Amino acid sequence: MPKLTVNGTEVEVEDGATVLQACEEAGVEVPRFCYHDRLSIAGNCRMCLVDMERAPKPVASCAMPAGEGMVISTETDRVKQAREGVMEFLLVNHPLDCPICDQGGECDLQDQAMGYGHDCSRYSENKRAVSEKHMGPLIKTVMTRCIHCTRCVRFSTEVAGVPELGAIGRGENVEITTYLEQTLASELSANVIDLCPVGALTSRPYAFVARPWELTKVESVDVMDAMGANIRIDARGSQVMRVLPRLHEDVNEEWIGDKTRYAIDGLKRQRLDKPYIRNAEGRLMPASWDEAFAVLAPKMKKLKGAEMAAIAGDQLDAETMFALKTFFHKLDSPHIDCRQDGAKISAKPRSSYLFNSTIAGIDDADAILIIGSNPRIEAPVLNARIRRNYLHSRLPVAHLGASADLTYPVEYLGDDVGQLEKIASGKHKFAKILKKAKRPMIIMGMGALRRADGAAIHALGYQIAEQVGAVSKDWNGFNMLHLAASRVAGLDMGFVPQKGGKDVAGIRKAAAKGEIKLVWLHGADEMDMADFANSFVVYVGHHGDAGAQAADIILPAAAYTEKDGIYVNFEGRVQMGARAVFPPGEAREDWAIIRALSERAGCSIGFDTLDALRSALIEAVPHLAELDAPASEKWAKFGRAGKLLDQPLTSALSSYHMSCAISRSSETMAACHLAAQSDVLDAAE
Amino acid sequence: MLADKDRIFTNIYGWDDPGLKGAKKRGDWDKTAAILKRGHDDIIEEIKSSGLRGRGGAGFPTGLKWSFMPKEIGSRPHYLVVNADESEPGTCKDRDILRHEPHKLLEGCLVAGFAMRAHAAYIYIRGEFVNEARRLQAAIDEAYAAGLLGKNAAKSGWDFDIYLHRGAGAYICGEETALLESLEGKKGQPRLKPPFPAGVGLWGCPTTINNVESIAVTPTIMRRGGAWFAGLGKENNTGTKLFCISGHVNNPCNVEEEMGIPLKELLEKHAGGVRGGWDNLLAVIPGGSSTPLMPKDVCETMTMDFDALRNAGTGLGTAGIIVMDKSTDIVKAIARLSYFYKHESCGQCTPCREGTGWMWRMMDRMVRGEAELHEIETLEQVTRQVEGHTICALGDAAAWPIQGLIKHFRPVIEQRIAAHRAVVDAAE
Repeated sequence: MPKLTVNGTEVEVEDGATVLQACEEAGVEVPRFCYHDRLSIAGNCRMCLVDMERAPKPVASCAMPAGEGMVISTETDRVKQAREGVMEFLLVNHPLDCPICDQGGECDLQDQAMGYGHDCSRYSENKRAVSEKHMGPLIKTVMTRCIHCTRCVRFSTEVAGVPELGAIGRGENVEITTYLEQTLASELSANVIDLCPVGALTSRPYAFVARPWELTKVESVDVMDAMGANIRIDARGSQVMRVLPRLHEDVNEEWIGDKTRYAIDGLKRQRLDKPYIRNAEGRLMPASWDEAFAVLAPKMKKLKGAEMAAIAGDQLDAETMFALKTFFHKLDSPHIDCRQDGAKISAKPRSSYLFNSTIAGIDDADAILIIGSNPRIEAPVLNARIRRNYLHSRLPVAHLGASADLTYPVEYLGDDVGQLEKIASGKHKFAKILKKAKRPMIIMGMGALRRADGAAIHALGYQIAEQVGAVSKDWNGFNMLHLAASRVAGLDMGFVPQKGGKDVAGIRKAAAKGEIKLVWLHGADEMDMADFANSFVVYVGHHGDAGAQAADIILPAAAYTEKDGIYVNFEGRVQMGARAVFPPGEAREDWAIIRALSERAGCSIGFDTLDALRSALIEAVPHLAELDAPASEKWAKFGRAGKLLDQPLTSALSSYHMSCAISRSSETMAACHLAAQSDVLDAAE
Repeated sequence: MLADKDRIFTNIYGWDDPGLKGAKKRGDWDKTAAILKRGHDDIIEEIKSSGLRGRGGAGFPTGLKWSFMPKEIGSRPHYLVVNADESEPGTCKDRDILRHEPHKLLEGCLVAGFAMRAHAAYIYIRGEFVNEARRLQAAIDEAYAAGLLGKNAAKSGWDFDIYLHRGAGAYICGEETALLESLEGKKGQPRLKPPFPAGVGLWGCPTTINNVESIAVTPTIMRRGGAWFAGLGKENNTGTKLFCISGHVNNPCNVEEEMGIPLKELLEKHAGGVRGGWDNLLAVIPGGSSTPLMPKDVCETMTMDFDALRNAGTGLGTAGIIVMDKSTDIVKAIARLSYFYKHESCGQCTPCREGTGWMWRMMDRMVRGEAELHEIETLEQVTRQVEGHTICALGDAAAWPIQGLIKHFRPVIEQRIAAHRAVVDAAE
């Protein structure tokens, strides 16, 4: 713990800290461009120069390790001149196009030029111009503005693990480029836009759309995957303009996936903004809420409870599911399920379906087995964390499932599900590696659990965890990687078949046979709707996707940006989402729809406000009141031993970019999907 | 003047056989095992006592540099890296060592490598030195065949390998940490210091990087004693040095002389004097292109050693002496150097990347006088903004020649600007 003096204040910093960090500790601001907490140190912008006692020239504080007894000053004339000099150099070849630059208002260079720049330029030569580079549908480049800080290069090589981005040329001819003009093949690519301190890399879909000071900013949670990345939703008027990452060290640090950031243009398309009723000719016709309820309420009143079923979709908030559960309880229907993909997970014990080690626990793991999952597309930010651990400790990672490039080397064990039994018996060589590890980790994906033999695989997961000692007093290395943002909350509150109830597969069978006459699909689109052809389908949701097409009646609801709600991520971490804009047209918040209908159907669920609903929810599931605290759950046996099917293990997702109703409606995601599949064509353009 | 008996490089002109046979005749590889028998630390002490300062330009005491290496071989091997990327304009001494005295370098590698407990040396040779690389490789092969390198090198009991690596022709790869990057197969961009190479160098292992000449003189120092070397030259500037004299002299040459020899004597004895006589001298760049020039009046009494030159606001550098007589367009000469540095800047850090281009463009206009008087001041300030603010010394090297020009020849630039202004005014 070295002690040093910064501008006369003594500070003590951690071992390995830099002078720049020490300055921050002392409350002294040091300007910087290339330095970033989460990237390697480049020391190339030279903006952070400070004076160090006995040093003949100013030192780059970002790269200088803090040492015992150092005397640092940042207020000398020499430092002032150095900073002004560097600022002048940065500006000599930087275009003066702030008025037409999308970075304007949130530009590091602009801000720091106010502090350290001259009021006029002494540079009378021609300025450098650099041609634009093609980096795909997300990243817009204006490379003339580049100040060569190399943050983007370091991010893509270090964090994202794709080497496409680099600098070519030398001297003033250095250019940042993908060289072959190809799309940056990473699910995290758009983070370089946040990292770029100037307007060289800006957001292509958001180009010339809004200025930062026009936007209202709402802190919320992402639902595109089950990680629960913390996001900030920027809206103007009735539209969501952009999504940015919010810092949460234990969840997403400060990164988000491209889908989280850019699927939002899907919120403007294919929206259900009024109720629809299918008429006698089989066409969906617009209707008023009153008309829709007038059709639906008597129907529900007339049917017996056992003739109705509800399936919850993947992006619902806990309140919606709880209201729906309560409604179906009042209707006396046991057929409810939140596992539309048919995953064989039961609601107990809780440790059987959580990412028990927590996301931050990945940093401590020393051997990882991935089963039936492709974390790179199922949770890209989490995958980057595994990669970071790999770079740091070279830990062994084995992958059992469909072969994929995970951006770090893995021992590929094939896709034969039989390998699991071998590992569970301890005879497999990777079982020995896991056993030797102090903190072994098993990550089980939905690809393994949504199969017919999912329960048997789940049971093998338990056996493996026991066999290799993945659970100890202060470590639980059994992790489930969910895809659905709603899943953990659904399981927590028991949104699964009640006594005598059927699960999704059972509901579908019964519906096909005509035993179930009414199916309530709440935002559930990821199923084959053919089985529901003979039943009356109620679709509640926000997008005209598969569910809406099969529906007999459509009740338009709110998307995640349009309602306050509680989400539980796969760690079991309870987080609050917030409304940034109102639902479009006639659409209403989900719980209010259920509330109103239940009244008309003669079995009111009784919550008059969201707060009342929440109170009831928390009474039923007390841990939902504990925000942002993943609980360590008791370890208990789970799964059901059985025979394994002779089918290869796969990942549950085939495309990263188009995986839900919102992303399927997004033009940007469609472009990314195409680009990912036809890089070669892009290069030829 | 240096006596012939005190010369180290007796075949620097290549009049004799550069091969192993000729080298042995000149005393190379003579009882090398006995030198190594004295032990690691004894060799370092001997070099320290000789007062040898690095010949690559910075003049850092060589023995002291070696002593920074860890005293025991830990988990990581030690490396000696020889910087043969001689690219400083005006400098051509290492080239002649590589061509005509390669065995002095190889024996030096063994001695120095042993002293710093390295079992391997990498010689990074400038890409353009095609024939030199061939000649050096031939010498390495000869030495291996004779058992002087490899397992139990020269019967000393110490295993030692030498690898030759050819660069691709970038000036910046002569900067020691950029050289390491290049050697590792990466882009040749200087590293941040700390950590210093003695702790974290080639492939993260303890490494010392020395100039060819520094290494090549060590066997002779070990044989003749540090005291002998220290007895030559001046205090703190000891020994002999290869001077490269080029430009407007009657007989441009490489010559080994005592440190501290007066510049005038050096030029007149060895280079046949300044073209047109001493009074025709305009200025001298004393240590390769990056050192500030000296006008004639400074040259009169100047002695060629590190300290005297530093006190005069310039430096010994590589001892590449560029002589310019009164026919020289001094502004154009320095502008050409500015172009060189702009071309060779690696582009990593801001002041050098942006500053070298700016300085060259201003210099280029000043050659023609297309500038305002106040821009001389701007140019001066820009050089100060680059100097000392960069990762490596290339920024300094680009700034110094211009600072020297402005310091000593400001009136020339002013006249140029005035003349151009007069032409413009007349035309209007």
